[in-house]
Amino acid sequence: MSLWRQIARGLRVLTNRSAADQDVSDEVQHYLDHAAAAHVARGLSHDAAIRAARLELGNVTSVREQVRGYGWENMVGMVLADLRYAARRLRAAPAFTAIAVLTLALGIGGTTAIFSALNPILFEPLPYPHADRIMMIVEMNSDGSRNDGTFGMYRGLVERTRSFDAIAVLKSWQPTMTGADQPERFDGQRVSASYFRVLGVSPIVGRDFQPSDDRLNGPNVVILTDALWRRRFGADPAIVGRQITLDDNRYSVIGVMPGGFENLLAPSADVWAPMQYDMSQGRAWGHHLRTVGRLRPGVSVEQATRELGVLGRAVLNEQHPETYGRGVAFIASPLRDDVTRSVKPALLAILGAVMLVLVIACVNVTNLLLARGVQRRSEFALRAALGAERGRLIRQLLTESLLLAAIGGVAGMGVATLGLRALVALSPPGFPRVAAIRIDSAVFLFGLGITTLIGLAFGLVPALRAARSDPHRELQHGSSRTVGGHRRTRGALVVAEVAIALVLLVSSGLLLRSLQRLFAVPVGFDSSHLLTMQVQTSRPRFRYDSSTHRSFTLTQDAVRRVPGVTAAAFTSQLPLSGDRDEYGVRFESSPEGYSTFRYAVSPGYIETMRIPLRRGRLFDDHDGAGAPLVALISESLAKRKFAGEDPIGRRLSIGPVDGYTIVGVVGDVKQMSLALSESDAVYITQGQWPFADNAMSLVVRVRDDATALVPAIREAVWSVDKDQPVVRVATMDNLLAATAAERRFALILFEAFALAALVLAAAGIYGVLSGSVAERTREIGVRSALGASRTSILALVLSEGMTLTGLGVAIGLAGAAAATQAIVTMLFGVSLLDPITYLGVIGLLVLVSAIACAIPAWRAARVDPSSTLRAE
Amino acid sequence: MEEPNTDVIQGTLDMLILKTLSLQPMHGFGIARRVEQISQGVFKVNPGSLLTALQRLERAGWLDAEWRVTKHSRRAKFYNLTRAGRKQLEVETADWTRRVSAVARLLNARLLKVEG
Repeated sequence: MSLWRQIARGLRVLTNRSAADQDVSDEVQHYLDHAAAAHVARGLSHDAAIRAARLELGNVTSVREQVRGYGWENMVGMVLADLRYAARRLRAAPAFTAIAVLTLALGIGGTTAIFSALNPILFEPLPYPHADRIMMIVEMNSDGSRNDGTFGMYRGLVERTRSFDAIAVLKSWQPTMTGADQPERFDGQRVSASYFRVLGVSPIVGRDFQPSDDRLNGPNVVILTDALWRRRFGADPAIVGRQITLDDNRYSVIGVMPGGFENLLAPSADVWAPMQYDMSQGRAWGHHLRTVGRLRPGVSVEQATRELGVLGRAVLNEQHPETYGRGVAFIASPLRDDVTRSVKPALLAILGAVMLVLVIACVNVTNLLLARGVQRRSEFALRAALGAERGRLIRQLLTESLLLAAIGGVAGMGVATLGLRALVALSPPGFPRVAAIRIDSAVFLFGLGITTLIGLAFGLVPALRAARSDPHRELQHGSSRTVGGHRRTRGALVVAEVAIALVLLVSSGLLLRSLQRLFAVPVGFDSSHLLTMQVQTSRPRFRYDSSTHRSFTLTQDAVRRVPGVTAAAFTSQLPLSGDRDEYGVRFESSPEGYSTFRYAVSPGYIETMRIPLRRGRLFDDHDGAGAPLVALISESLAKRKFAGEDPIGRRLSIGPVDGYTIVGVVGDVKQMSLALSESDAVYITQGQWPFADNAMSLVVRVRDDATALVPAIREAVWSVDKDQPVVRVATMDNLLAATAAERRFALILFEAFALAALVLAAAGIYGVLSGSVAERTREIGVRSALGASRTSILALVLSEGMTLTGLGVAIGLAGAAAATQAIVTMLFGVSLLDPITYLGVIGLLVLVSAIACAIPAWRAARVDPSSTLRAE
Repeated sequence: MEEPNTDVIQGTLDMLILKTLSLQPMHGFGIARRVEQISQGVFKVNPGSLLTALQRLERAGWLDAEWRVTKHSRRAKFYNLTRAGRKQLEVETADWTRRVSAVARLLNARLLKVEG
C-alpha cells in the first residue's frame, strides 16, 4: 500500500514538476502568512510581523528546497541533472570524447566479439536436452592417444551396460545422388538406430530409425536435414516415402530433422542412413567407428568410466583374449570436451589476449581522464568551496565516466557485430559451432557488464583523487605549478600499457615465426600449378568391376587432352586434403608390421606430383591388372626397414593383399599436416589393388592459372560419364594454406590485438609526455633561460618517456615469458624464448615509443623562455 | 523570552504530528502552533523539518492531505490522520512510554543498590 503510494506520488511529481513545486511554495507561503498573522495578533505592526515570521521560518528558499528535496523522485532528478551536466562536459571536449569513445569501443567491441564466438563452445550448454549426459565412449591407449571404436566393442557394451540409456556408433558416409539433373555428393553419416535418441532429438517430419531398420540387408531408409529438404526437394510436404537414388541404390526418405538441429558430431552431414553393419566381413574389430552414449539420469562420468573399464575388459577377454586389449582403457568423455578438445587452448589464449587489449584501452581512457582531471581541478575546487558535498562530486565524476563507458559500449556493440562477421569469415574450417555464433542476450549482458565495470573502474581513480584534494590549496595554486603525485600515477599506467603491449607483441611474433617455419617445411612435391579435385564413380560400393577402372582411365585421358594441362593422374588419397587411409604393411621374413599411408594411383601420379625418385623405377602403363604386383615405398620407410640395404626387389604385403615387389623408392610426402612428420608410405597402381576405390582424387598439373581451367576439366570428366560428381575442387596451394588455417586464424587475431595494443600504448606515452611538457612549460622556460641548450631539453623529455618505456619493457618481458605458455600448443619450430622474436619486438616498441616521445620533446625544445616567464 | 525553547527531541516529531492530527485535521502552521502551545513553549518546531515530515508521513500512508481554499481565498493544505496513521500513533506512543519509563528508572536508581 505505502510502496504503491510512494511510487504513485513520486511519478505524479516527476510528470508534473511545476505543479508539485507550486504546491510546495503555496504551503510554505501559507505557513508564513499564518505566522505573520499570529504576530499581528500579538500586537506587532504588519511589517514587523512579517519580519518576525521570516526570522522564525528561516530562509524561505532553503525551506522550500528542503521540502522539495524529499522523495525518491528527486534522486531521479539529480541523476538526470548529473547526466545532462556530464553530457555537456563531454560535448565541450569533442576531441577527448571521440578518442575515449573510440578506444573503449575497440576494447569492448573486440572483447564482446571474441566472447560471442567462444560462448557457444565454452560456456553455453550444447543444443541437446540434458547435453551434459551425452558422452563419447573412447578407447584410449596407454600413451593417451585415442583409437576409433569398434563394432565388436559397441555390441558388447550395449548388451552389458547399466550406466547408459542408449549407445550409438557412427561413421561418415558420402553417398552420391543421381537421377536428378546434376549428380551431387552429400556429406552424411551411417549411424546405429539409437543415434538420435542418444542426442535427444527426433525428426520433426516422419519417424526416427527403428532397431528393425538397422540390420544387415535391412530396408534402405534415410533421414534428411531440414536444409537439404528445402534445398534439394523444395520443402516437399510429401517427402516421407519419397524414393531417391544414392550410389545406385533406391532409398526411401522416412524423416526430416528439425531446422535448428545442430549435429555436432558431423556438422556438415545432410543425410543419415542406418549402419546395417556386416559382421561377416571380419571387420568387427577394425577401428573405424565413433561411439557416443547417453548416461542414465544420476550416473556420474566417473561411475560410467569405471563401468566401461570393467565391461571393456570383460568383452575383450571373451572375444579377443589373445591379441587385443593390453594397455587400452575405455573412458566416458563428455561430448563438450570432445568437441572443443582441439581448439580450447587456442581459444582461451585468444580470449586472454583480447582481455589484455581491453585492459590497455581502459588504462588509456583512465589516463585521458586523469589528464582532464588536472585541467578541471580548479572547477572541482570551486564547486567544493561553494558547498558541494564530496559524495556529490564523486557521483558527478562517476556519472561522467559511466556515460562515457555507455557511449563506448554502444559503439562497441557495433564494433562487435562487425568484428563477429569478420571472425566467422576468417574462422578455420572445422571451427566448432560456427552456426551458433551470434549476438544474443548472453553476449549483450556480457557487453553491458564489462561496460559498467569499466565505467566504474576508470571513473573511480580520478573521482577519489578529486575527492581527496583540498579545495583551499587547489584554489590557491590555480593550475600552473607541478603536480608530482599525479604524474606518477599516469607514468605507472603507461608502464602497464607498454608491458601489456609487449606481451601481445611477443605472442604474435612467436605465432608469426611459427607460421614461417611451418611453410618452410618441404611438402615433398611441387605444389605450384597443381589443381586437385575428387571424382567419384556412381557405381555401388564394394563392387569391383573393370568398368570402374576403365572409367577412371578414360577420364584421365580426357583430362590430359585439355589444352593447358601438362599432366594428370589419379590417387586414392590426396596429400593435405584430410584424407587418411592407412594399412598395415609387412615385409617378407619379418612378422613386424608398419602402419603406412597407402596410395592406389594411376601410373604417372608420381611424375605429375613431381615427387622425387630416389632409387629404382616408377610405375608405367604395364603395371596393371595381370602383371606382376609392384610397389613403391617412401624414403622414410626404406630407411626404417632397410637401413643400409637395398630395398629393391624385396617383397611385402599390404593389408590383406600379399606378394608385391618393391621396384622403387620415392621421396617423403606430407600427408596429414605440415607439422606432423608421419611419412611412411606405400604406392601401388589401382589396377593391382583388388578393391576398387570408388572416389579418387584427380591431380592436374597445368601450365598457367590453375583455376581458369576448372570448367574445361570438369567438362572433360563429364564427357566420359555425366553422372560422375566432381567435388572438392582446390589448388594444392589452397590446400597447403588450409592446413595452417587454425594457426593463421590465431595469428591474425593476435596481430590485430598486438597492433591495437601498440597504437594505444604509443598514444598513452604521447599523452602523458604532452601533459607533462604542458605542465612543466614554466620549468622548461626557466631552464632554458638559465642556459640549458635545446638538445639538453630534448634529452630531458625523451629520457622521461624512454624511462617509462624501459620499465614497461622490463616488466613486460617477465610477463611475456609467463603468458606465452598459453600459446605453446600453437607454436611450431620456435622456442618460447625465441631471441629473434624478443629482440624484434623490443626494437619495435622502443622505436614506436621514441616516435611518440619525439613530438612532445620537440615542442618542449621550442619553448620560448621569455614568453613563458612573462606569462607568470 | 522567559524560557529557552528547544527543538523537538530527535525522532519524536512524527509522533507529535500524529498526536496533534488525531485531535482534528490541521494545516502545517496549525500543527506547529499547537505543538508549541501544548508543550507550553518548550518545543519549537522547525518549519522545514515539519513540512518535510508531513510529506514523508503522507507518503507512508499515515496522513491524507487535502487542498482547501481558506476564507482569504488562499490555497491551504490540510492534513488528517488515516487509520494506518492512528495505528502508527499507538505503536509510537507505546514505544515512547516504554523508553521514558526506562530512562526514568535509570535516573531514579540508587547508589546503594549497585553496591549491594
